Amino acid sequence: MTQLFGIPVAVILGQLMLGLVNGSFYAMLSLGLAVIFGLMRVVNFAHGAFYALGAFAALLGLQKLGIGYWPALVLAPLAVGALGILVERLLLRHLYQLDPLYGLLLTFGLALMVEGSLHQLFGSSGESYPVPAQLQGVFNLGFMILPIYRAWVILASIIVCFSTWFVIERTRLGATLRAATENAPLLQAFGVNVPLLVAATYGGGVALAALAGVLSAPVILVNSDMGSSLVVVVFAVVVIGGMGSILGSIVSGLALGMIEGLTKVAYPEASNIVVFVIMALVLILRPAGLFGRE
Amino acid sequence: MTLKALTIALALPLAALPAARAAEPDVVIGSIDDVSGVYADVGGVGAVETMKMAIADFGGTVLGRKVVTLTADHQNKPDIGASKFREWADQNGLNMLIGGSNTGVSIAMAKVAAAKKVVFFAVGAGGASLTNEDCTPYSIHYVYDTTALANGTASAIVKGGGKSWFYLTADYAFGTQLQNAASKVVDGSGGKNLGAVRVPLGASDFSSFLLQAQGSGAQVLGLANAGTDFTNSLKAANEFGITKTMKPAGLLVFITNIHSLGLEVAQGLVLTTGWYWDSNDETRAFAKRFFDKIHRQPTMHQAGDYSATLSYLKAVKAAGTTDADKVMAELKRMKINDLFAKGGYIRADGVMIHDMYVMQVKSPQESKYPWDYYKVLKVMPGEEAFGPITGLCPIAPK
Repeated sequence: MTQLFGIPVAVILGQLMLGLVNGSFYAMLSLGLAVIFGLMRVVNFAHGAFYALGAFAALLGLQKLGIGYWPALVLAPLAVGALGILVERLLLRHLYQLDPLYGLLLTFGLALMVEGSLHQLFGSSGESYPVPAQLQGVFNLGFMILPIYRAWVILASIIVCFSTWFVIERTRLGATLRAATENAPLLQAFGVNVPLLVAATYGGGVALAALAGVLSAPVILVNSDMGSSLVVVVFAVVVIGGMGSILGSIVSGLALGMIEGLTKVAYPEASNIVVFVIMALVLILRPAGLFGRE
Repeated sequence: MTLKALTIALALPLAALPAARAAEPDVVIGSIDDVSGVYADVGGVGAVETMKMAIADFGGTVLGRKVVTLTADHQNKPDIGASKFREWADQNGLNMLIGGSNTGVSIAMAKVAAAKKVVFFAVGAGGASLTNEDCTPYSIHYVYDTTALANGTASAIVKGGGKSWFYLTADYAFGTQLQNAASKVVDGSGGKNLGAVRVPLGASDFSSFLLQAQGSGAQVLGLANAGTDFTNSLKAANEFGITKTMKPAGLLVFITNIHSLGLEVAQGLVLTTGWYWDSNDETRAFAKRFFDKIHRQPTMHQAGDYSATLSYLKAVKAAGTTDADKVMAELKRMKINDLFAKGGYIRADGVMIHDMYVMQVKSPQESKYPWDYYKVLKVMPGEEAFGPITGLCPIAPK
């Protein structure tokens, strides 16, 4: 078998593929964070909790209401996004005049409350969410077996990430959103409802987290801690990409997933810190992040 | 994560109630377990419940003194477990402590038990070092240990033809101890260990590690992990079709894990347990009482908490005192016969010797009612499961 650095090429390809799957989740989650930070200057620590809420919404929808995977893919993000708008209107908006640290503390407190409640209600063991019938089975890629569902995750993530990037960077709505961050009073003077725009932005970012949660539900056991273990890595991804950079969060999410995958073959013990090592290096060499503007 | 820990730590003092009285001191029994983390369903609130059930079944008093309980969450942090234990011993007149899940925390608490002379039951932790290099005169390892788990599962699988093994190991004390114990058994019974991959605790994705396991060409996938690490790795192994070519071996599995996974994924899995709710009428009656309150079937850990509490109270009654040395002597003299163990006894090194059960998870067709998950492959006599005294514990020479 052909080898590269003493590791069979097939193994490397396999790990890159799996890294891409994980990177898809990183990208979707960091994208939401980047949108919220970029447009609102809020460090949304509740992102992991909303991700878990998305998965639980899908699970409960299936168990209590018989709502299947495909409708849940739309309904769960809508429901969680609506909750996000409520949070923004009732709580977050009072903090815009203060240091961003207050927003961080508020969302962190929210995350603890949400995760604690989920733990109380559902326990710590987690529950299974079935893979939808259309996506069961595997692809044999030659160098590895890839479950169809995981391939779908990559595809879905690319569609979602590209659409979000397009909306924000290339449409009139996106231009208005960006204008709101640059100069809100001026935009308001033009008759644009800025508070509504901001609330919708937070709702949208949160809905992205919930969508990632629904996508991950069939892959892992749905449990209250699923977000908190991921959100720390995702924050590192955002920092590496450049806080608030949409493209940066997508690219670094996918890339870091793959780097992590390679670390899992080369030196498994380090696989949970490699992202943070890279973050430290980026902060030293390019403090604004790879795609960030100084 | 650290902020989260801080918040919980600030709330912690609320969990402990002062229980000191002047005249006839109460008999104080404590439980320090993982109540909010990954092992909370295995022990947690349910473990406190079974402890209270045991006290109630004993009559609520011993030697004419009231039996009271203290409970705390160690959050899987050794320093929190040890300092809570020390505080109770110094200020609340603690007589006995049940330590719950997590080997690291239990090792730290055993040191406090030795220093403060308090009877210490390690119930949920797995590491066999608790009765070997980390043993103390006041430690009892009650439900299972890494040696017994490996002896049960590994020897059954090797005998069934699973000769070559590759391990997915949780990268901390418990995982390594479990892997080492299993490797020894595999070696000793004519099998081969082909390698292992050490997975950071709480990894979010196991597929990369599983692919490496598959690449090894081993027949058996030894899962030397626990809790969500175990369930997520088995679920992924199933999804990637690895369970078609490799036989998974669960080296520490609780019934709540099987419940989360569902039989479709877990069927056929071989595992070892110290207790099963559906063994006989006595265990079923206990399980029903438990289920009515907690809405889950009790795990071996939770049933072990019941039995440990009951054994302690019986020993206090027989010894006529709560003096730790005298109670320990009585505990090591008595036979344990209750719904958890028949003919069990506590050996000089502190291991509670009792039968262990090698189980196989039923298929969805075989399962007839809720929580009907296991069929017995073998009942392992305690001596065989826990093995001979190693001599590593100074108070128990070979």
